[in-house]
Amino acid sequence: MTSDVFTPWDDPQAKPLIQFKNVTKRFGGFTAIDNLSLDIFEREFFALLGPSGCGKTTMMRMLAGFETPTEGHIILSGQDIDPIPPNKRAVNMMFQSYALFPHLSIWENIAFGLRRDKMPKRDLEDRVEEMLRLTRLEQFARRKPHQISGGQRQRVALARSLAKAPKLLLLDEPLGALDKKLRQDTQFELMDIQEKTGTTFVIVTHDQEEAMTVASRVAVMDQGQLKQVATPDRIYENPNSVYVADFIGDVNIIEGRATAQGDETYQINWAEGQTPLTATSATDLSNGQGCHLAIRPEKVTISADRPADAVNAIQGKVHDIAYLGNLSTYYVELANGTIIKAQSANTRRISRRSFTWEDPVWLSWTATAAVLLAN
Amino acid sequence: MGRPGLAVLDSNGRGFVGELMRRAFLIAVPYVWLLALFLVPFFIVLKISLSDTALAIPPYTPTLDLSQGWSGITEFFSQLDFENFVWLTEDDLYWKAYLSSVKIALIATIFTLIFGYPIAYGMARAPEEWRPTLMMLIILPFWTSFLIRVYAWMGILSNEGYLNQFLLWIGVISTPLTILNTNTAVYIGIVYTYLPFMILPIYSALERMDESLIEAAEDLGCSRIQAFWLVTIPLSRPGIIAGCFLVMIPVIGEFVIPSLLGGSGTLMIGKVLWEEFFSNRDWPVASAVAVVLLLILVVPIVLFQRNQQKQTEAEQ
Ligand SMILES: Nc1ncnc2c1ncn2[C@@H]1O[C@H](COP(=O)(O)OP(=O)(O)OP(=O)(O)O)[C@@H](O)[C@H]1O
Ligand SMILES: [Mg+2]
Repeated sequence: MTSDVFTPWDDPQAKPLIQFKNVTKRFGGFTAIDNLSLDIFEREFFALLGPSGCGKTTMMRMLAGFETPTEGHIILSGQDIDPIPPNKRAVNMMFQSYALFPHLSIWENIAFGLRRDKMPKRDLEDRVEEMLRLTRLEQFARRKPHQISGGQRQRVALARSLAKAPKLLLLDEPLGALDKKLRQDTQFELMDIQEKTGTTFVIVTHDQEEAMTVASRVAVMDQGQLKQVATPDRIYENPNSVYVADFIGDVNIIEGRATAQGDETYQINWAEGQTPLTATSATDLSNGQGCHLAIRPEKVTISADRPADAVNAIQGKVHDIAYLGNLSTYYVELANGTIIKAQSANTRRISRRSFTWEDPVWLSWTATAAVLLAN
Repeated sequence: MGRPGLAVLDSNGRGFVGELMRRAFLIAVPYVWLLALFLVPFFIVLKISLSDTALAIPPYTPTLDLSQGWSGITEFFSQLDFENFVWLTEDDLYWKAYLSSVKIALIATIFTLIFGYPIAYGMARAPEEWRPTLMMLIILPFWTSFLIRVYAWMGILSNEGYLNQFLLWIGVISTPLTILNTNTAVYIGIVYTYLPFMILPIYSALERMDESLIEAAEDLGCSRIQAFWLVTIPLSRPGIIAGCFLVMIPVIGEFVIPSLLGGSGTLMIGKVLWEEFFSNRDWPVASAVAVVLLLILVVPIVLFQRNQQKQTEAEQ
């Protein structure tokens, strides 16, 4: 491992900044967080991803100090933070609902936390101005929160939580209300801030592209449990379950039975009358074990004739085409009715594309393109 | 911000004339209301305040005699004068009574706020399913007559009353305290009677407040108490102001409480007014007292309206 690559999670010596130790949180009889353990390291940009209601906000609230774990402990820089009240934690949170103070101007909202620290007047003014500049809110400084737009409010909330330069910053869907352009700008701004300040970020997002862009690691959650925690590329290329594969990006899932066929290579029987598929997998599967193949659409090649050297090739006809501008997704229907998605770049103008509806086509992919997931 | 009137016109496709009439009607209703219930009585009282006492029924002159025609009307107006208002400035009883009323009202309002705020706060923080019950408890006293409730306080506060009996029994005091017929009793009576008017607006302001604002304040380094001062209090301020006016405005002219619970030393303009009307049968002076009282109240009423208006604007 070279030292200039930031991968503290692979280093057994590294000390995590945050440790969730078998944390369970119950609301009455409902388990929102289920025996969850997780390490987050200093300077990480950690993204929590998951469907609505899976417990992302609850995790943030436990870190900020608004909820206490029902069981287990949360350790922040080696210290159990259970008994520490929110105002004594070096943690700031950007609320999903923004929680801006309606009686204070934008300027005063951003200055609120700094005033509590008794920051000298000059420094405070400089800091607030800096935050206003960063979030491009200079013109709105004197307005009240109800006099600005939703996206502007979101930026105020962001500026307010950033102002105190906390050790750990919790962002609960910080960019949801921004348009794509501003969102991308802010994402890079966030990464920049993180680089400059060395703050550890935990970000909740519904936007997997955003998680992929900003995060050093991504955690995919479901019903209070972590499904997978890994770097964005590993999550995408090597999902550990059908759930994760399906949640992140577009994917074709093929169900079948595996038969070993040499070193780490398996043959998958998946449908009557179809030739078996070949895939590699580092994990061992027993003969006849049920499994899923997950194949990303962009790894499926579409062609008019059967490619001569293809390991996996199946025939179908074009059922539908989704034109995405730079890409086109072909929905190819197989003889047994299964639909497989294949994606290809639109390097030529649309009028000159090779396939159209109802064309018979061949789909092919390599043995390593698909991820083999044991049931 | 759109123009709701025009939107209604478009979407309903109603005729323009019909729409205008509907709007004129909507605007007219409050004005007719104001005219009938405020301006007409006010001018009657104003007219009496400009008249002179007389041994007659009604006990003042002049009375308007329309059978005389135009000369009757000019005759009527020529007899009106400001004598009674001049009189109010000459006898120091009146301005002392006004001053004392305002002072008692202010102090009582402060006490009502001190008792009312924690109750409203507790209600707003109570579990949601309890709140209607708590609200009910606050409103419940209104179901019995106000007079009976004040009489009940006489029974509690008198020298042989329950309070003194209780205090003697637990041995805190050895001789009964004189509370009834003092200003203390008046304050107790006012705070008790007007507490709901303080609680309800504060409660409604607090209940609307977003809990996460307190969390945000704590997150940014406030202790619980700081968060209360810096967030809860400012956000409930419109409720506090509304509550204070709702208590103070009627208390300035309060009559029943000072005359039943207060003593000879309790000077309030409501009592003076009553005595002028019914003991002295001097309707013109009594009316002048009432007109001046109204003028004094106009200031807080206007301020109150401003507060309400600002609040509704802020909510939009
Ligand atoms: N105070 C509470 N009382 C009872 N249940 C709660 C409470 N807070 C959260 N929950 C429940 O816990 C679960 C997780 O909630 P949480 O707010 O963490 O979801 P989330 O992952 O942030 O969802 P979203 O993406 O919609 O914001 C939800 O099912 C929610 O109903
Ligand atoms: Mg949430």
